[in-house]
Amino acid sequence: MDMDRNSLVEAYRRMRTIREFEDRLHKDFAGGEIPGFVHLYAGEEAVAVGLCSHLGDGDFITSTHRGHGHCIAKGVDTAGMMAEIYGKAPGSCNGKGGSMHIADVDKGMLGANGIVGGGPPLACGAALSAKKRGTDNVVICFFGDGASNQGTTLEGMNLAGVWKLPVVFVCENNGYAETTSYKYSVSGTDIAARARGFGMPSVAVDGLDFFAVAEAAGEAIARARRGEGPTFIEAQTYRYYGHFEGDSIAYRDREEEESFRSRDCLSRFRQTVTSQGLVEAADLDAIDGAVAAEIEQAVTDALSAPDPSLDSLTTDVYVDFPASQLWMFQDEPVRV
Amino acid sequence: MTTIELSQRTITYREAINEALDLEMARDDRVILFGEDVSGAPHSEEERHFDAWGGVLGVTKGLAGKHGRERVIDTPITESAFIGAGVGAAATGMRPVVELMFIGFMGVCLDQIINQAAKMRYMFGGKAKIPLVIRTMTGAGFRAAAQHSDSPYSTFCHFPGLKVVAPSNPADAKGLLAAAIRDDDPVIFCENKVLYDTPGPVPEGEYVVPLGEASVPREGDDVTIVAISRMVGVAHQAADSLASSGVNTEIVDLRSLAPLDTDTVLASIRKTGRLVVVDEDNPRCSVATDIAALAATQAMEYLAAPVKLVTAPHTPVPFSPVLEDAYVPTPERVVEAVRATLA
Repeated sequence: MDMDRNSLVEAYRRMRTIREFEDRLHKDFAGGEIPGFVHLYAGEEAVAVGLCSHLGDGDFITSTHRGHGHCIAKGVDTAGMMAEIYGKAPGSCNGKGGSMHIADVDKGMLGANGIVGGGPPLACGAALSAKKRGTDNVVICFFGDGASNQGTTLEGMNLAGVWKLPVVFVCENNGYAETTSYKYSVSGTDIAARARGFGMPSVAVDGLDFFAVAEAAGEAIARARRGEGPTFIEAQTYRYYGHFEGDSIAYRDREEEESFRSRDCLSRFRQTVTSQGLVEAADLDAIDGAVAAEIEQAVTDALSAPDPSLDSLTTDVYVDFPASQLWMFQDEPVRV
Repeated sequence: MTTIELSQRTITYREAINEALDLEMARDDRVILFGEDVSGAPHSEEERHFDAWGGVLGVTKGLAGKHGRERVIDTPITESAFIGAGVGAAATGMRPVVELMFIGFMGVCLDQIINQAAKMRYMFGGKAKIPLVIRTMTGAGFRAAAQHSDSPYSTFCHFPGLKVVAPSNPADAKGLLAAAIRDDDPVIFCENKVLYDTPGPVPEGEYVVPLGEASVPREGDDVTIVAISRMVGVAHQAADSLASSGVNTEIVDLRSLAPLDTDTVLASIRKTGRLVVVDEDNPRCSVATDIAALAATQAMEYLAAPVKLVTAPHTPVPFSPVLEDAYVPTPERVVEAVRATLA
């Protein structure tokens, strides 16, 4: 794995930002501060960052309901994300999407997605677009072990193979689709093996090891940029929290959780780079402090941010549509 | 209201759609076509195999030869994947025209249409555009039975974010398709397959029929018939028959179902005081019931008689020719409905 110091520092900063962001949401959700549902990515940071470290703004990703980590790894602004999760006007999506739909198309982030398996067809389309526009851009399609059983995922893999699209399919196998273990739901249990049936290279990697992920990602992305078609990576990982916040996680054993936490991706990254003298521990500590301050500020700003205006209820449905038809058969309510 | 200057040239509904695709592809490199068998024989690079099929009913025939297989792209039979690919390509700078062979196949890929294409712009706070056209076939009359024959365009009208178009004649088909391709929102373009061989005058060259504008192909004072797609022809037949007994019928061809040209519909109702809606779709939660609701909420005081609906029954499309013919609204049923409003 050949990464310069700046890249390592940046990778650590992004992983640390994801962890801080998610831990903070875990705490604030329990305090009743957050509307709706949040699905946290803590524990899986090495996957999103290991992949996205190789990308530029012209590259795209599709994501899942557990999308905060993908957003941060792709460079989406945490202040906008936090405001979005609080449903506030300055949110990434003006408070209309929430946690499950955070997007930033300009940053190449095509949206978290509330539909399990919703992303692979979209990824094929973005990859087709990259190809037709004559770029060497690639698309990373993140999905989970649950989505590995959806028809759209398998159809997307087939289409990407047929059209030789620059897509990297990344299955984040965190062990559980909601409460159901992949050992129950994935027939054959070898998700990476499925991809080989579509004629694409496929590897399973330790998703808690940033360097293993980044290395597999580098090869897959280079292959896609060379026009050689899709690759599949199964990243074996673990989510520290429940399916969503409020989940009591009665379906997992504490011993199992502990065994994964003992292999924490951030601790291992720190251990590797400091023991090899690639980055000083003090520099990583400084990042920890700066990230904590950034997230604290994001929460403070989100709490004090204005709500969306009620007029925005009916904006952004279409680029162009008669406003009167958004309150079809009735008068628009008078707001006081 | 946009009216098309009619030329002497006559081409079919199928040819008009093909011409619109051809012109828009020539006009804008971002326009690409894909779907099942849109060229045909994609396994062969031999030029004689290009356009081996041109779509199951030949609507796209010739386009792969003109614009190349890089832009007229065959897909596997994988509706979820390629409709979703249309959404992803549209969100990232292309203007794809994707063919969903029969509208009933929406059952296979509805998530990509209603949860991805329709909602993306709103969910993203207006920071995405999905300039996608999904061409699809509607219409009973081909003895193709329940899964290849229905006209459930109202399903798509229900979802905020989608536009829905259903042209009744070749000239409108060409202009509406051009408008749909140039539009920045996702458009479901419903082609009635029974009309494909119907000829009509169609102007040469580029033009658009704006989305959201109905037409009034026949003016009259006594009764308004609002009709959609192939039912406009049925309305004309009924109107001819009524004319012989002195009833002057006004026909409103909706053309666009979402957005809906409420002004033209209401103006006609206010003028005639009587309303019959003719729709080949099933009767529940339909465009026909929308038009009735529009009349009830905004033109009740102008109505001299209850609104009459002439639609398909609340059944799937049957196979037997005898039953299928009884399913589709007929001119006789329309005449009867009009007479009921005049009684």
